[in-house]
Amino acid sequence: MSHIIDRRLNGKNKSAVNRERFLRRFKAQIKEAVSRAVKGRSITDIESGEKVSIPVKDISEPVFHHGQGGVREQVHPGNEEFIRGDRIQRPQGGGGGGGGGKASQDGEGEDDFVFELSREEFLNVFFDDLALPNLIKTQLMGVEELKQVRAGYTNDGTPANISIVRSLRGALARRVAMAAPTLASLGEAEEDLDQLLESDEESALEVRDQRKRIHLLREKLASIPFIDPFDLRYNNRIKQPKPTSQAVMFCIMDVSGSMDEQKKDMAKRFFILLYLFLQRNYDKIEVVFIRHHTSAVEVNEEDFFHSRESGGTVVSSALNLMADIVKKRYSGSEWNIYAAQASDGDNWDSDSANCGRIMDEQLLPYCQYFAYIEITEGEPQNLWYEYLKVKERQRHFAMQKIRSASDIYPVFRELFKRQPATRA
Amino acid sequence: MTPISTGSEWTFDLIEEYDRAIRKIAVDEFQLDVYPNQLEVITAEQMMDAYSSVGMPVNYHHWSFGKHFVATEKSYKRGQMGLAYEIVINSSPCIAYLMEENSMTMQALVIAHAAYGHNSFFKGNYLFRAWTDASAIVDYLVFAKSYISKCEERYGIDEVEMLLDSCHALMNYGVDRYKRPQKLSLAKEQARQEEREQYLQMQVNDLWRTIPKRDKDDANREPARFPAEPQENLLYFIEKSAPLLEPWQRELVRIVRKVAQYFYPQRQTQVMNEGWATFWHYTILNRLYDKGLVTDGFMMEFLQSHTNVVYQPPVTARWYNGINPYALGFSMYQDIKRICEAPTDEDKAWFPDLAGTDWRSSLEFAMKNFKDESFISQYLSPKLIRDFRMFSIRDDDHEDKLEVSAIHDEMGYRDIRSKLAEQYNLGSREPNIQVWSVNVRGDRSLTLRHTMHNRRPLDEGSAQEVLKHVGRLWGFDVRLESADSDGSITQRFEVKSNLELQRL
Repeated sequence: MSHIIDRRLNGKNKSAVNRERFLRRFKAQIKEAVSRAVKGRSITDIESGEKVSIPVKDISEPVFHHGQGGVREQVHPGNEEFIRGDRIQRPQGGGGGGGGGKASQDGEGEDDFVFELSREEFLNVFFDDLALPNLIKTQLMGVEELKQVRAGYTNDGTPANISIVRSLRGALARRVAMAAPTLASLGEAEEDLDQLLESDEESALEVRDQRKRIHLLREKLASIPFIDPFDLRYNNRIKQPKPTSQAVMFCIMDVSGSMDEQKKDMAKRFFILLYLFLQRNYDKIEVVFIRHHTSAVEVNEEDFFHSRESGGTVVSSALNLMADIVKKRYSGSEWNIYAAQASDGDNWDSDSANCGRIMDEQLLPYCQYFAYIEITEGEPQNLWYEYLKVKERQRHFAMQKIRSASDIYPVFRELFKRQPATRA
Repeated sequence: MTPISTGSEWTFDLIEEYDRAIRKIAVDEFQLDVYPNQLEVITAEQMMDAYSSVGMPVNYHHWSFGKHFVATEKSYKRGQMGLAYEIVINSSPCIAYLMEENSMTMQALVIAHAAYGHNSFFKGNYLFRAWTDASAIVDYLVFAKSYISKCEERYGIDEVEMLLDSCHALMNYGVDRYKRPQKLSLAKEQARQEEREQYLQMQVNDLWRTIPKRDKDDANREPARFPAEPQENLLYFIEKSAPLLEPWQRELVRIVRKVAQYFYPQRQTQVMNEGWATFWHYTILNRLYDKGLVTDGFMMEFLQSHTNVVYQPPVTARWYNGINPYALGFSMYQDIKRICEAPTDEDKAWFPDLAGTDWRSSLEFAMKNFKDESFISQYLSPKLIRDFRMFSIRDDDHEDKLEVSAIHDEMGYRDIRSKLAEQYNLGSREPNIQVWSVNVRGDRSLTLRHTMHNRRPLDEGSAQEVLKHVGRLWGFDVRLESADSDGSITQRFEVKSNLELQRL
C-alpha cells in the first residue's frame, strides 16, 4: 500500500535561502540595476520591484566540454531525401551537423539572464546604500496601520455582529414569499366554503372536508418560522489602511552650474528617503518641487531633476517661494509641512543672513521638519555657518554634509527617532 | 465493472483507490518489483522548489540552486513552460510528487509512470543497484546539509561558496566509472568524518616531530611518478592529494563527489529509464481501461498527454532538438515486446534469442542489465530504424561538406545502431580528462591530460575557466594538455597559482 501525504501546507519557500544566496552573489550587478532604477524613477514611485539583468557570461557555471572541430557523427530521425554518401553543405552558424535548431540556440547564448526583484528586495538594496539602521528599515518597509470600516453585510459572522434590522427585514420577505402560495389556496378554499354554505343543497360531508382543508392550510401558515438562520445578516467590516492625515513635502534644490548629475542623484536619494518616511505616516502626500539659481521656480519632477541651468545662486529666493506657496496653498492646520533642501553650499555672501531670517520667521514655525544637505567635498561656506546658527535655535532643523549616500541617513536621525511619538 | 471516477477532480480517496487499482495491475499482474511508495501532494510553488534543488527533498544551500529557482519561476510565471507533471526520487521509500493542479487523469498517469515505472527501474537496474543506496541518500543529504551549514558558520559563507563553485565545475569528473563505491549510511558517515578529521590532525602534528628524518635513501632513487597511474576521478584525487586543503574542505569535496556519484546512473540511463516508465504507464492505464475501471474521457485525456510526450519531431522541424529519450525508449520497449510476441523473419534473423520468448521476462532482463549505450546497441531493431527514418551525418573538419554516412537501409542498420549507441556513451560525450602527473619534487604543479577522441578539441573558453577552479582547489600551478591519438599535444592551458584565484 502506498503512503499518501499532503505536503501542501508545508512551507513553500524552501528555495528562499538559495534565492537569497543568488542575490548575494550578484550583489554588485543588482546594486547597479537598482541605482539605475532609482535614477530613472519618480520619487513617488520607488516602491515596486525591478527587473535586473545580468550577462549570462557572468552567471554561467563552466564545465569541460568539446569545442568545434574534429570528427563528429550524429544520428537524426526523420530522413526525407538523403541516401548514403550524399554530401551536404554545412549549415551556417555552427557545425551542429543538421541539428539546425540546436546550432542557432548555441549561437544566441549571449542573452542576459533577466529576473524580477520583489519590492522588499528592491528596497533592501536601496536602503543598503543609505546605511539605514534595521529598525528604520522595517518601519519603512512595513505595511501601514489598518482601520476597520463597514462594508455592507455578509451571511456569516459572530453573533455580536448580527444586524437586527437587516435580519428581520429578510425574515419578513421570506415569510411573505413562503406564505404566498398557501395564502392563495387558503383564500380559494374559504371562498369555496362560503359558496358551499350559501348554496341550497348543503352537503355536510363536503363542508367538513373543506373546513379540514382550511384548517390544514392555516396550520401550514403557522408553521412558517418567524425567523430562520437563513435570514441572519451580519455587519461586515473590512480593514482599510488608516488615513492619518496629509502632508506636503517641499523639495528644494540648487540647480546652478556647479550641481552636476552625480550630486543631483545623491539629492534624489535624499528626497526619496524623506518621501518614504512620509508615506508611512501620512495618507496623502503632495510633493512640491522648487529649483533655484538666482531666482526660484516651481517645476514638475522631470524638470526638477533633469534640466540644467547655470549662473549664480541665491538661496533665499527658493525659501521665499516656499514661504509664499505655504501661505497660499498649505496654510491651516490640516497640512503637515516637511521640507528637504539640497545644495552644494554656494550662496551669495550677502544672502545667507537673509536665509537665516526667513527660516526663523517664515518657515520653521510652520514646518514639522526641515532637513538640509550640503553635497560637497570642499570647505563649508557662509550658508553652512548661517544654518548652524539656525540649528542651535530650532530643534526640528537638521543638516548634514554629504560625501556618499550613506551619509544621508544621519540627517533624518532625529526625525525617525521621534516617529513613535508622532504616530500615536 | 464501474469506473473508479468520472470527473476530472481528484480527492485523496480517489488517489488511494487509483493507486490500489494500479498497484494490482503493476505488481500482481505484471510482477513489477518496487520500493514502497510515498506519494506526496504538493503545490506548484513547492514543485518549483523541488525543481531547483535537483528534485531532492533536502539539499545544501548554494546560489546556483537559487539561480535555477529564479529561472524556473520566471518562465513559469510568464507561462512559457508548464511544470513537469512529476518528480520522482530514487530513495526508499520512493517519493513521487503529485502536483495539486493536475487532473485526476494526470495524477493516475503520474502514479503509474513514477511510482511504479521509475520506481521499479531504480530498484532493478544494475547501475542503480551498484552505485546508489536508495535507503541512505536522504540521510546523507541531511548530513551534508548540516555539515555545510556548520562550515558556513565557522568559515564564512564566501569561503564555502567558493569551494563549492570549484567542486561543481568538476562535478562530472567526480565519479568512479568502474570501481564500485561503498554504501553510505548516516551514522557511519558521521563517525568516519570525525575519524578522518582526527587522523588528518595527527598528520599535521607529525610536522612538529623532533626525531630527525633519515632521507639519505630517498635521494638516490629515481623520482617516483605520482600518481602512479592516470586518475579518472579528479575530485577524488583532489580530496586525497591536494596539498593545501583543510580537513573541512576535503569533506566538502567529498560531499560534492558523493552527490555526483549518486546522479551518475541517471545520466547514463535516460532513454532506458524514461522509456521504461512511459512503457508502463501506457500498459497499465490501457489495462485499467480494458478492465472498465476508467472512462473514455479519461483515456482521451491520457492519450493526448501521452502522445505529446512520445512525439519525435523530425530533423527538419523547427523545434527539433535531438532525439527525444521518451520517444526512443518507449518505442524500443514496445518493439521488444512485439519481437517477443509476433516476430517477423527479419526479427528472427536479428534477434534469434529474443524472438518468441516470454515478453515480460525478456523486458525485465533488458531493463536490469543495460545502460543506454549497451541497451541501444543490443536492442535497436531495423524496424525501429525504419520507423524513425534514422540517418547519420558525419562532420569532419577536414572535409568541406557533411557526409550522410548511413541511412535506414540494409547497409546502414548496423552502422546507425552503433553510432546511436556511441552517442549515448558518456565517455565519448564528455571530454576524457584525467590526472596525468604531479611535479612532486619541483613546483608541485598538477598536470591534467585530455585524451582526444576523433580529434575533437576542448572548448577553450570553458576549459580555461574550469582550470582556474582546479587551480583554486590544488593551490599550485595547474596545466591541462590535449593529446591526440598519437600522443602529441595539440592544446595547452595553464593557470598560475599566483593568480588571484580567490574570486573567479
